[in-house]
Amino acid sequence: MTVQGDSADHQWVDDHAGPVVRPYAVTGGRARPVTGTFDLISLVTATRKDVSPEIGLGPEHLAIVGLCQRMQSVAEIAAHLDLPVGTVRVLLGDLVARNLVQIREPHTTVGLPDHSIFEAVINGLRAL
Amino acid sequence: MDYGHSERPSGAAALPTAIKILIAGGFGVGKTTMVGAVSETRPLRTEEVLTESGVGIDDLAGVETKRTTTVAMDFGRITISDDLVLYLFGTPGQDRFWFVWDELALGAIGAVVLADTRRLADCFPSIDYFEGRGTPFLVAVNCFEGARQYRLDEVQAALNLDPEVPVLLCDARQRESAKEVLITLVEHAMKIRDARRAE
Repeated sequence: MTVQGDSADHQWVDDHAGPVVRPYAVTGGRARPVTGTFDLISLVTATRKDVSPEIGLGPEHLAIVGLCQRMQSVAEIAAHLDLPVGTVRVLLGDLVARNLVQIREPHTTVGLPDHSIFEAVINGLRAL
Repeated sequence: MDYGHSERPSGAAALPTAIKILIAGGFGVGKTTMVGAVSETRPLRTEEVLTESGVGIDDLAGVETKRTTTVAMDFGRITISDDLVLYLFGTPGQDRFWFVWDELALGAIGAVVLADTRRLADCFPSIDYFEGRGTPFLVAVNCFEGARQYRLDEVQAALNLDPEVPVLLCDARQRESAKEVLITLVEHAMKIRDARRAE
């Protein structure tokens, strides 16, 4: 594909200009996390209330710890911080390596969930 | 409905877990609308940035610089209990992003294929995909105003569906209607799961 986009869109303002800091800069150029695979619905919980800035941790790392005081999925973290999922996975790898967050892999990556999970979902939806 | 022989009473101290349901269908059929109708927050958007080399279909010949493509996915959250969270993911509409679907479909308990009777063919790729993967799915016909109303058996025949696949009418904007679609899907998926387990 050689679509160049609308010539009228060439003014780089606001959203058109993209993020001020490029995703690869946030991760220091790394494309893969040091550890873990991180499904979109893996649940992340911070292990500490607060993390002081230290070498190797950027503002995005600290933002994730702040956000994950309440359990969040990888997809939610990416959406709330407005970062691509791949970038969030790299940052999460750093945080896991430092024991700053805990990851709960989804049930469903290890086969079909229990009958009881289906029941709970059905009852939960009815109660909405 | 009888839900006997529960292996564990729901609400028992369990490790927190998340499950997901996919909402698929053609462009503009109401996927994000349905996510928003039942989600506890407004739909969120997540993006995957991919290099063109990962896209597969595109011919890279003559492309001097590697471009990146962004695939956006809208999703919502329903907290069922303290230890169970349901996520609803709208699948990216562009068919060339099948590999993103593979990631999404992995571990999904089921999928809703939204259909618009004015453009029924738009949902064929989704149906083929879930049939091929063995993902439990149903077809929900989103009733757009002004569209001719078809009987469900006409839709079922037109889509050449397995008679087991539920087909129902819905209004993707209405919470109650979207809830009913999801409940029907989870019941269908549970039936399939139990049948597979018994084999």
